[in-house]
Amino acid sequence: MKNIAFGQYYPARSPLHRLDPRVKIILTILYIVCSFLCKNVWSFALLAISSIMLIILGRVPFKIILGGLRPVLIVLIFTSIINVFWTKGEILLLEWRFIHIYLEGIFSAIFIIVRISSLIIGTGMLLTYTTTPIALTDALEDVLSPLKKVKVPVHDFAMMMTIALRFIPTLVEETDKIMTAQKARGADFSNGNIIDRVKALIPIIIPLFVSAFSRAGDLATAMECRCYQGGEGRTRLHVRHMRFKDFIPLVLIVVFGTGLVLLNIFAPGFTMS
Amino acid sequence: MEEAFIKIENVSYMYEENDGFAKIDRYAVKNVSLEIKEGEFVAVLGHNGSGKSTLAKLINMIYTPTSGKIYIKGRDITDENMSDEDIMGLRKTVGMVFQNPDNQLVATIVEDDVAFGPENLGIPSEEIRKRVDDALADVGMTKYANHEPHRLSGGQKQRIAIAGIIAMLPECIIFDESTAMLDPVGRKEVMESIIKLNREKNITVLMITHYMEEAALADRVVVIDDGRIISDGKPIEVFKKEKELRDCGLSVPQCTELVHCLSENGFDIKGECVDVVSCANMIFEALNL
Repeated sequence: MKNIAFGQYYPARSPLHRLDPRVKIILTILYIVCSFLCKNVWSFALLAISSIMLIILGRVPFKIILGGLRPVLIVLIFTSIINVFWTKGEILLLEWRFIHIYLEGIFSAIFIIVRISSLIIGTGMLLTYTTTPIALTDALEDVLSPLKKVKVPVHDFAMMMTIALRFIPTLVEETDKIMTAQKARGADFSNGNIIDRVKALIPIIIPLFVSAFSRAGDLATAMECRCYQGGEGRTRLHVRHMRFKDFIPLVLIVVFGTGLVLLNIFAPGFTMS
Repeated sequence: MEEAFIKIENVSYMYEENDGFAKIDRYAVKNVSLEIKEGEFVAVLGHNGSGKSTLAKLINMIYTPTSGKIYIKGRDITDENMSDEDIMGLRKTVGMVFQNPDNQLVATIVEDDVAFGPENLGIPSEEIRKRVDDALADVGMTKYANHEPHRLSGGQKQRIAIAGIIAMLPECIIFDESTAMLDPVGRKEVMESIIKLNREKNITVLMITHYMEEAALADRVVVIDDGRIISDGKPIEVFKKEKELRDCGLSVPQCTELVHCLSENGFDIKGECVDVVSCANMIFEALNL
């Protein structure tokens, strides 16, 4: 239980891992926008190529990426079936009783698959696989810091996230201990119907809550003793400065987006209805 | 006479206890006066519920005394006009390390956690870098700078907590039973760090403990029972009064007890000892080999 991994972070050395997390957050947002710019065969092809390039650039094994796509597999299959059978077009491929399959339908099914997988691969490669949760929290605080002007407690939320991440393994360990202790007193977690099992969880949850609250109290005192007074006047050990090379990916994504739009306009091909 | 670093004058702390029938007022600390000089290593000894932890928390302004005065470097910290900055200044000067190492680490990476205090003080980042590196070196944890705290042992976590306090450059550190939850190896690591800080950096140490062996390492031992100081002096003098200590639920270090037993049973052993080496020497002399 001690080696619990947070999120989906995949440790590796790659240009994407090294990239400033703030840049990555902005890139992710822009990449999502880009995936919705695609309209025809060529732009979708470019989108698909870009996701594959991101995977290669991030040095994350394809197996892990496919594993990440598995939860949306049903959605993918379902939407593509609907698209194949229900899209009306001009080129009829197959007609059998009430079923009409048009070429346009096949294409829009492929488009949907490419779009959804690119969204998942893009956000995964740019954020979750290549950025540690803690770096992500810090970066979010920075990216959202303009909101401090309108009194949004950005620092406090970031601090809460950090503490939550810090205490996940501690509480997992604690749960483990409590479960063992209750088992030693004859508690049974694996037999009985669903109601019995839920009931069996109560003697775990109550001590866990009690200890979590007492930990929270202790931590608050310890933080006060270390002069914590909220975000005001706080400095940071790691100050991230935007360097010239951090701007290159931003330029690239703008070029990519422009490319998609140009392909939509000038390259003929099947267009998504 | 030089001014005491910490001066406690007739301090009492009262709290309400609910015994199931009625609320009764109980004194956790009663009329305690104590002076601690700069650079001193003082152990506060007492059994559970004796008020020793309350005393520590009073010095750091986590609790405010019901009556009495506490001065730190001549400044009255019980003054009602203490501003937030004054309190922060006090907590920077007098750092505190708690019992449970898990509940005082804030960040998910060791060096970020050590940096937490200096970050709160608004110190420039280059300076924080230097302080973090120095603090980690002081507790011998430099190579763990980029580790996650939950993968470290209890003793290592506690040393990180100490480093987090050292990085604020305090003049005094209070250890509130900081070794109570550790295994013998972790206890030894932490004690070595504490002694090193006291000897090499001249940091005043106030160590709350209920381990006799640890108290024996201090320059001075203060014994607290039922909120009152019942004994105060060099370890060797305090542990001489074995019976008094036993009356308030404490014992003496094993080697002291051994020497006492031997002399009571007719061995020709004179004097007192609080550590294993001098105990061995005394027995060796008594045997007259």
